[in-house]
Amino acid sequence: MAKIKGAIVVNQERCKGCRLCVVACPTNVLAMSKQVNAKGYNFAVMENEDACIGCASCGIVCPDGCITVYKTKID
Amino acid sequence: MAIEDIIKPENLVYKKPDIMNDNSMHYCPGCSHGVIHKLIAEVIEEMGLVENAIGITPVGCAVFAYNYIDIDWEEAAHGRAPAMATAIKRLRPNKLVFTYQGDGDLAAIGTAETIHACNRGESIAIIFVNNGIYGMTGGQMAPTTLEGMKTATCPYGRDVKLNGYPLKITNLLKELDGMRYVTRQSVHTAAAVRKTKKAIRKAFENCMDGKGGANIVEVVSTCSSGWKMTPEKSNKWMEENMFPAYPLGDLKDKDANI
Repeated sequence: MAKIKGAIVVNQERCKGCRLCVVACPTNVLAMSKQVNAKGYNFAVMENEDACIGCASCGIVCPDGCITVYKTKID
Repeated sequence: MAIEDIIKPENLVYKKPDIMNDNSMHYCPGCSHGVIHKLIAEVIEEMGLVENAIGITPVGCAVFAYNYIDIDWEEAAHGRAPAMATAIKRLRPNKLVFTYQGDGDLAAIGTAETIHACNRGESIAIIFVNNGIYGMTGGQMAPTTLEGMKTATCPYGRDVKLNGYPLKITNLLKELDGMRYVTRQSVHTAAAVRKTKKAIRKAFENCMDGKGGANIVEVVSTCSSGWKMTPEKSNKWMEENMFPAYPLGDLKDKDANI
């Protein structure tokens, strides 16, 4: 069966660490980083990479447009 | 499969719209304004109106909206955005003219302009961001503040005997014959964001088909700084408290006889 696999890229300097993407993710892929960016915010990172299905919920709810979502099919 | 193999241009499913530029937004973390800006940019891009859209920014948190979306913008005096939109639309009828206003701008100082522009049935779209508080000035009571809600100027909660009732301006506007499309949406979940995008698209399409009639999309929003909560908690608080007072859904759609 074909499996859907997704990945995201977070613009770490633009992220303000509001955590809305972490809450929106249906498969609990995202978490906040321990490091901070130049603005002093913890930014979103992919912690559980394998679980990402590329649904783009995180990108859609991100108020700052920091998240780019990719998706592919694996046969 | 490695992450690097997935991150390729042909696998792209979602990105920030191109006309939303790289300027870092001044909004607080988790502010609904960012999502609404993004939706406006997406809709304008999808409709191919980048060269033909004129937005009118309010006074309030969204005053700098012109810094973030690369279309033509005009800055109105406090509350006067619908009046300015009227002039622009009448002079340039083939342009998409929309205003972007908060509850302090639209429902307090600009109530008269809003009601009269809508009553005249101007072919404009109004994006109304309602968070029940004056966010920019530091969280004071707004006309839309809920009964019992605590703000900087009503620290014991809004008392209706003293301050009156929350102003449901969208419900008021619904009654006007000039209104074509009145809806209330939110952006707290991915599903809600998709619905709001459809509503904005419909309002913008109504402005461009030449049939006339004013359109308003109210977006019930959060103000995590003003409400003094985390963005997550604000969303929950909004669902529990704002939605009973401001229920979501289409209030009027002349084309569908609603």
